[in-house]
Formats: sequence, structure tokens, C-alpha cells
Amino acid sequence: MGIGIRIENLRKVYDTPPPMAARGMGFSFGPGPKKDKTKKKLEVVALDGVSMEIGAGGIFGLLGPNGAGKSTTIGIITTRTRPTSGRAFVGEHDVWAHQAAVKRLIGVVPQRPNLDFALTAREILVFHGAYFGQGAKERIRRADELLEKFKLTDRADHMIRGFSGGMMQRLSIARAMMHDPEVLFLDEPSAGLDPQTRLLLWETIREYNQKGKTIVLTTHYMDEADTLCENLAIIDHGKVIAQGTPQELKASIPGGYLLRLRFDHAANGLIDGLKSLPGVTEVRAGEADKADVYADRGGPLIGPIVAMVQGAGAELSDVHIIEPSLETLFLHHTGRSLRD
Amino acid sequence: MNWKTFFAMLSRDGHVARRNLIPTLLQNLLQPLLLTFVFGRVLTSSGMMSNSYKNILLPGIMALSMTLSGVWAVAMPLISEFQFTKEIEDRLLAPMETSWLAVEKVVAGMIQALVSGLVVIPAAWITLGHGVDLSQWHPAQFAATCLLMALFSAAGGLWMGVSVGQTQIGLMFSMVLTPMMMFGCAYYPWSALSAFPVLKYAVLINPLVYASEGMRGSLVPLVPHMPAVVTVGALLLIDIAVLTVGIRKFNHKAVS
Repeated sequence: MGIGIRIENLRKVYDTPPPMAARGMGFSFGPGPKKDKTKKKLEVVALDGVSMEIGAGGIFGLLGPNGAGKSTTIGIITTRTRPTSGRAFVGEHDVWAHQAAVKRLIGVVPQRPNLDFALTAREILVFHGAYFGQGAKERIRRADELLEKFKLTDRADHMIRGFSGGMMQRLSIARAMMHDPEVLFLDEPSAGLDPQTRLLLWETIREYNQKGKTIVLTTHYMDEADTLCENLAIIDHGKVIAQGTPQELKASIPGGYLLRLRFDHAANGLIDGLKSLPGVTEVRAGEADKADVYADRGGPLIGPIVAMVQGAGAELSDVHIIEPSLETLFLHHTGRSLRD
Repeated sequence: MNWKTFFAMLSRDGHVARRNLIPTLLQNLLQPLLLTFVFGRVLTSSGMMSNSYKNILLPGIMALSMTLSGVWAVAMPLISEFQFTKEIEDRLLAPMETSWLAVEKVVAGMIQALVSGLVVIPAAWITLGHGVDLSQWHPAQFAATCLLMALFSAAGGLWMGVSVGQTQIGLMFSMVLTPMMMFGCAYYPWSALSAFPVLKYAVLINPLVYASEGMRGSLVPLVPHMPAVVTVGALLLIDIAVLTVGIRKFNHKAVS
């Protein structure tokens, strides 16, 4: 039961200038190698050797800031993006070699709703069912069920132009579930949703997962990854920087608590002094007047820190305590906050 | 190949076309009807053109309106579906190879081009009043020319739809379609260009020339026209070329 996903060493470079692409890498659709030297195009490395295994029947989260490569990864597994190199498998099927077979197994909720604007909500679902070979009765029944489930019945026969963002998002999810796919991809599903709709979304995702389906979602919300996902991969700048269950990942942070400190000016011996405090496992000096302290406690450490800083001849100007969370983990690995 | 998906998409396009039937008909009919009225009725009745000009005009107008409606039917939806939201993915995620979606768009466009071409015939004929002599037409040649023309227009629409952005639609019209219409021998037979030797051979790159001349040869064979072998052969070659390029470009644009 359930379908797993495996990706091997995926690389994706956008806007590759002709030299490499045209020299027989298999992507010679462009105008060919002309005017190479006159203009050097911008190269954006979106994915840089990503490999991972997504277990069958689980909820897997791809976590990372904007531009990390989450959507590109999803795009490649869902046949919408051509990888520069590397391979991806959905179940037994190579995504590039057996596109139609893969498309049959997957349902995709994209980041921006790509619904068919020429149709009404009900028609979108019914035609989607038809594309997947469902019989007339079956697709009408399923469309009605899903419209009801996502509270769209009263707008079912309206053109979707006038729909709000939340309604389009719900309809996108309904469409992705219409053909009962084995793997459901959701690209930033809760971006822009109100808290209530978000809870409904989580419930829907869990419910679908309980039917033995694999769920893959991307998010930049830590709490979403934490509560929903059984397994996580954190990616940044096109590379996987950590992988595991949320518990494992959180446990891997030295100390657990993070205290971000800022001083009025840099002082000698400050960092070494901080390192010697009880319970401190690691100190990272950022710019001269900043330090990140990883420790096994948060609040109780403030007193000793203040005393130590004053002893070194400086003043503490800001303290921020972050409890053990995936946010801390992300900071630990990248030195940046998720929202940066 | 997954024919169920293919036909489901055709029926989707049919459904959308039926919903927009009146505006589409107006868009496809108004221009040819006004053209036939002004050129075929006003100019001939006032004696500025001879009555036989109607025989030259009708096939040209048909070729023109079929070509335009096919290009329009495929290119305009494609341009908007490839917009920012990538609406096209709604169909790209269906279990079918990407190229077949392009083929489906072309088939749907062909049907629309044929329908509007066939609607224009009686409408234009009525507008022209008496004076068009269709007694010697060649049904088989007419059917072949219509099919090849419809294929050209839909495949051309595919090509344009994936090459042109929303902001360049006006430019496409004035830079590509207008010269094509004017130098497509729709309003005059190709032989009328004999006074302009360079132009006479330059227009041969224009597919509409073969469409107009082919229609003349099959509907009113008494007026001057190119031989059927030339028109059918040229249209066939152009169809293959345009379709190949269109599908290639579509594949390239559909998958980033």
C-alpha cells in the first residue's frame, strides 16, 4: 500500500546559456549555439545535487525559505520541470521516461492556483475526472462530494474568476483529490490562508494520509512542518542541509535553546567568557557585537550572561530566547532565520 | 497514447467554444461580411469594379477568415494559459504526453476554423448577391484545401500562442497578420502581381497565397489560379513544418 518517491542527485540550473545545453545533453530545443560570446546569460542554480527518499504512506515535509528550491523539487517530481541532471522516481516509474504513468499516480496542489479559468468550479472537477478516464456518473458524484467537503457547493456553478484566494486554494485541493491519487503534492498549501482554513487543511491532509496515501508538502512555516510531518528535509540554496523526523532534527541542535545576544560594542574575551558559562554548549560569534549562544537552558542563563558581559566591560543591548524548535535548527545550519 | 484523455480535452474545448459561441461567431463573421459587402457589393454595384470580381473575392475571403479564426482560436487561449498562473498546467497534469496536448489544441483549432470557414461561405454568398458562379467547383479539391488550410491556421496559432506574450498581441497583429492578409492574394489573384516581379515571388513565402489560390482553383476554376498540385503540395509542406515547430516550442515552453 502506498507509493514512495526517490530522487537521485537532482540538479536544476535555470536559463542555461547554450554551450552546455546544446552540446548534446538532450535539451537542444533552443535556437542553438549562436552569439555565445556576445551575451552571458544569468545562471540560477535552483537545485544542487538533491537526493532523498520519501517513504510510502507518510507525510513528508520540505522545509526551507523562499527560493530554497522547494518548488523546483516538487516541479521535477511532478513532471512540470525538466531537471538539468539527476533522476526522480515515483514508485517504480522514472518521472521523465514514464510521464503519463506518473501523472496518473500524483495529484498536485500548486503554489499559485492554476485552475481552468474558462470553466465553473463544478466543471473544473468534472472535466478533471474525465481527463483521468472516470465514467460520467462517477465523476459527477465525486465532484459533488468534493464540492461539499470543501464548502464550495453554493458557488459550484459560478465561473471561478470571482473566487477569493482561499476558495481557489480549496478548489485546487479538491481537483488534486478528484482522481484519488496515490501521492498528493502540496506546494505551500497554507500560504495566505486564514487560521481556520489552515486547520481545515491540516485535517484534510491527515484524513487523506490515513487512507494510505503519501503526502508531500512544502512549507516555510515551522509549526506546520512540526505538527503535520512525520519526516522532514530542510533545504536551502538548492541543497539538503538536514533530514529526519522532527524529533530527531530538534534533538540534533546542540543544547536546544538558542539565545541571540547583542552588545553595545564588541569587547575582548566576551566570546570565551560566554563559552565558559554553565550549560552553554556552543557559542557562535556573528558580527563583532553579536553572538548566538546554544545552551541547555534559556531564562536561567540570563543572569550569569549579564554579569559576565558587564565584567568584560560591555553592555547587553538585546536578548532573544528561542526555544528548541525547527526554527533553531534552521538557524543552526544556515545562520539565517527562515523568514530572512 | 491515452485517447480517453485526448477526447476529454477536446470535449472541454468544445464546451468552452459553445459557451462563447455568439462572441466567437461575431468575431469571425463580422470582418469577412463587411469586407464582402464593401468590396463585393459597393464597389461592384457602383461600377468601380466589374461584376466578375466577386468570383475572385469570395474564395479569398473564405481563405482569409478560416486562417484568422484558426489562429485566433488556438493562439489567444494559449497566450493566456501560459500567463503567470500557468493555467495550462491544469491540462499538463492529465495523464497524457505533453506533445499530445499540443496536438489536441491543433485539432480543436482546426474544427473551429472549419466551422467558421463553412459559416462564412453562405453568409458571404448571400451578401454578394447574385454573380458568383460556383457551377464548376471541385468538391474533393475543395475539401482537401479546406482541411490543409485549417491545419495550417491551427498549427500557426499554436506557434504564435507559445511565441508571443500577452503584451505583444498588438504587435503580432500588425507585424505578422496584417502583411499576411494584404499579401495573401485574398483580394486579388496571384497573377495580378505580374506587374511587381519582386513582390510576385516574395509573397510565395506567405501560406495564405496558396490557401487563397487553392480556394479559387477549387471553387471558381474559371478565374486565374495556381495549379492544384502547387497549392496542395505547398500547403502540405507548410503544415508539416509549422506543426513541427509549434509542437517543439510548445514542449519547450510547457516544461520549464
